[in-house]
Amino acid sequence: MTTPATAAMPASSKKPQVQKEDAMWLQKELINRNYQELATAHERGKKISATFVPGNLNELLMCFDFARSLPETNQLQNGMRKKSGKFIMDAERDGQSEDVCTYVKSDLGMMLNGQVGPTGDPLPRPDLLLLSYTGCFTFMKWFELIRQKFGGETVMLHVPYQGDGKINPNMRDYVVKQLKETVIPALEKVSGVKFDIDRLRQYMRESAKAEEDLVAVLQSAKNRPSPIDGYFGGVYYIGPIFTAFRGTPDASKFYGMLRSEIEQRVRDGKGPITPDGEMTSERYRLVVEGPPNWTSFRDFWKMFYEDGAVVVTSTYAKVGGLYDFGFRHDPDRPLESLAEYCMGCYTNLNLPQRIDMICKYIEEYQADGLLINSIKSCNSFSAGQLLILREVEKRTGKPAAFIETDLVDPRYFSAANVKNRLESYFQMIEQKRAAQH
Amino acid sequence: MSKVAAIIERCQALYEDLDFKAVQEWKNAAPKRKVVGYMPVYVPREIAHAAGILSVGILGGGDQLEVIQGDAYYQSYICRIPRSTIELGLTGKLDGFDGMLFPSICDVIRNLSGMWQILFKDKYVRYFDVPQNYEDNIGGTYYVHELEILRDDLAKLAGVEITNEKINRSIEVFNENRRVIRELYAYRAAKPWQAPTTEIYLLQRAGMVLPVEEHTQLLRDYLAATEAEPRQMRDNARVVINGTFCEQPPLNLIKSIEMAGCYVVDDDFMLVTRWLLDDVPSDGDALDNLSKAFLHHSASTSAKYETKREEKGQFLLQQVTERRAEGVVFACPSFCDPALLERPMLQDVLSAHGVPHTAFKYAENTGQMAPIREQAGTFADSIKLWSAA
Ligand code: SF4
Ligand code: SF4
Repeated sequence: MTTPATAAMPASSKKPQVQKEDAMWLQKELINRNYQELATAHERGKKISATFVPGNLNELLMCFDFARSLPETNQLQNGMRKKSGKFIMDAERDGQSEDVCTYVKSDLGMMLNGQVGPTGDPLPRPDLLLLSYTGCFTFMKWFELIRQKFGGETVMLHVPYQGDGKINPNMRDYVVKQLKETVIPALEKVSGVKFDIDRLRQYMRESAKAEEDLVAVLQSAKNRPSPIDGYFGGVYYIGPIFTAFRGTPDASKFYGMLRSEIEQRVRDGKGPITPDGEMTSERYRLVVEGPPNWTSFRDFWKMFYEDGAVVVTSTYAKVGGLYDFGFRHDPDRPLESLAEYCMGCYTNLNLPQRIDMICKYIEEYQADGLLINSIKSCNSFSAGQLLILREVEKRTGKPAAFIETDLVDPRYFSAANVKNRLESYFQMIEQKRAAQH
Repeated sequence: MSKVAAIIERCQALYEDLDFKAVQEWKNAAPKRKVVGYMPVYVPREIAHAAGILSVGILGGGDQLEVIQGDAYYQSYICRIPRSTIELGLTGKLDGFDGMLFPSICDVIRNLSGMWQILFKDKYVRYFDVPQNYEDNIGGTYYVHELEILRDDLAKLAGVEITNEKINRSIEVFNENRRVIRELYAYRAAKPWQAPTTEIYLLQRAGMVLPVEEHTQLLRDYLAATEAEPRQMRDNARVVINGTFCEQPPLNLIKSIEMAGCYVVDDDFMLVTRWLLDDVPSDGDALDNLSKAFLHHSASTSAKYETKREEKGQFLLQQVTERRAEGVVFACPSFCDPALLERPMLQDVLSAHGVPHTAFKYAENTGQMAPIREQAGTFADSIKLWSAA
């Protein structure tokens, strides 16, 4: 999929702020702890669920004490650790086409290579594949493929697409009914735990708290200079909330800590922290559409901050939940709210909605333009991006540019190419500015 | 010219007519007639029919359309059908269409529905989402509601009321069409030398543009005509083609497979005409009946979730068994996630059942047939060797 997250923030070579260090430390600890929980789940008598990032039902899964694995996150971790290239080739040798989504192949390759997760901990096969079918058709094939090859039970949550640019009551009722009559009974059966709606409400309360803080963090980029990078840094910010931690007190703690640190940066007039230290001059403010490349994540980011380009906001930071337009998990309407969450994730929006959102971002974040990172693997994001580019340029009058990479297939990252494109894009922005003065 | 040749010539002309002149003629024949296009795989054409609307299958541009503008909308790693469909739209070939339906088959077509909304603002556009939950009171309720929306939208477009009774009458008309198509497929499987797949394909393509009643008659005429014209039987391998449910292979590719020594005895071309496997009841609540037919009696394809592992590949296996096929040819469009991700699962099931298979990719504008012919030829030879052994 699409997905984010739980990428650990690359360490800064300069001395980081104490609070920053705390948030980073906590995030790393969360990720590692989750992998350990997965590794030991069966010994501890727990069942393992796998589910996708967009539309993930983390709060619900917690009600059944599942250890929670997110396949896209595992693969992006493998990508960052340079393991995905081999996995992809192994999956291709095993019969997968070179044309299809590389997350799927990396996951299959990882499983073929003996169920060891990105951190080196064992990653046992999931007992339940919760196929919440949000924003991408490939998900369906992904879990069918795992089921075909390695067994396991699948349960489907079909989330209708916002083809008309809105959620109608029929769509919501359909999702709620599936939750009640298909998903929850399946979770009860596999876990042996009875569903308790009050437990769900409690987790959702925690989710809403963290969501509030996350939005404050992401919107801090409206300041000049932006105290964060909303794409490369954004990946680190969305990590816990888009994965196994939404709804936990740990996530609330993390986002509370992160928010106060970022607010301090705003008060101090500071720019974002990058792997090479604090960015001191903000020359270009960009909005980015599309997921990042994981196999060369650091080099990719460097091409931006070296030239003083900060990504003020990105659509990718919304794949696991779109919170900045007001949605919060609502404990008073738990199932309806879960349904709305699933239907509201970024890739479940139709093209006109995606364009509106990007145009709005360009205006609200005072961006110089739009950069699209088109991912070879991902039709869900990529099909239609060239029209998005044209429309956004037309409507905002700001320059837009297009680069092409892949998520986790190192064969499709050409550093020289990307760098050239970026440099000419920055020049284009300069020219536009000069023409305006 | 023989009767068969005349029928096929007509179909070929319809197939090659990228300006949809036949559709335009139909439209001009009476005032206020409306036309909606639909993409693969399935839309309930009965509802359009009940409104007096002609529904027309848009299957890309094939190998005859030079795609110029469409390429500017798609990266090189996206399949071809959306770009040639956009080309058809931008070059005015779909101007006579009043709307477009985009079924939920994959992210490319899904996103194309939004592109259409932006590029063709004056047209009716609907993304037609079908359920992946097959319980009557869950997926069924949802689907009936989606059908109601479509019914009301099309009624508005046509300026008529679409009553339950009208839909029931249209269901009957389509049942008839499906029956003749089942007959045609059974006939080909029984006597593949009498009904070559290039002909079946063209007949089915004609069904994408002709009014359904006319198409049904055309198929009847063909069945009678071909039975009356004995052709030479060959010692070919009997194969099922799989993977061609969306972007279409060029006609030459189908010819090449046949020339390489294969009799195609089943396929997944133009599934819309064979999506519903049985007659749909034409009395009672029409939308409910269409919904039940979809949920419980429809074809299996990659765009449809299979609830259990044991179900995977069973539909294909059944085609193989019932048609007495000796092997399966996977022909998938390049960059087609649905077809290419489904393929290994199906191959797995076939292998477990000892059914030989081979696979290649194509694009709608593939020009080089020699490698495909060679591969299909080797496959046919190996099947024959195997069955002789
Ligand atoms: S196609 Fe895109 S959204 Fe779908 S699984 Fe692959 S990377 Fe994720
Ligand atoms: S050919 Fe495949 S990927 Fe392309 S639009 Fe059709 S189903 Fe989707």
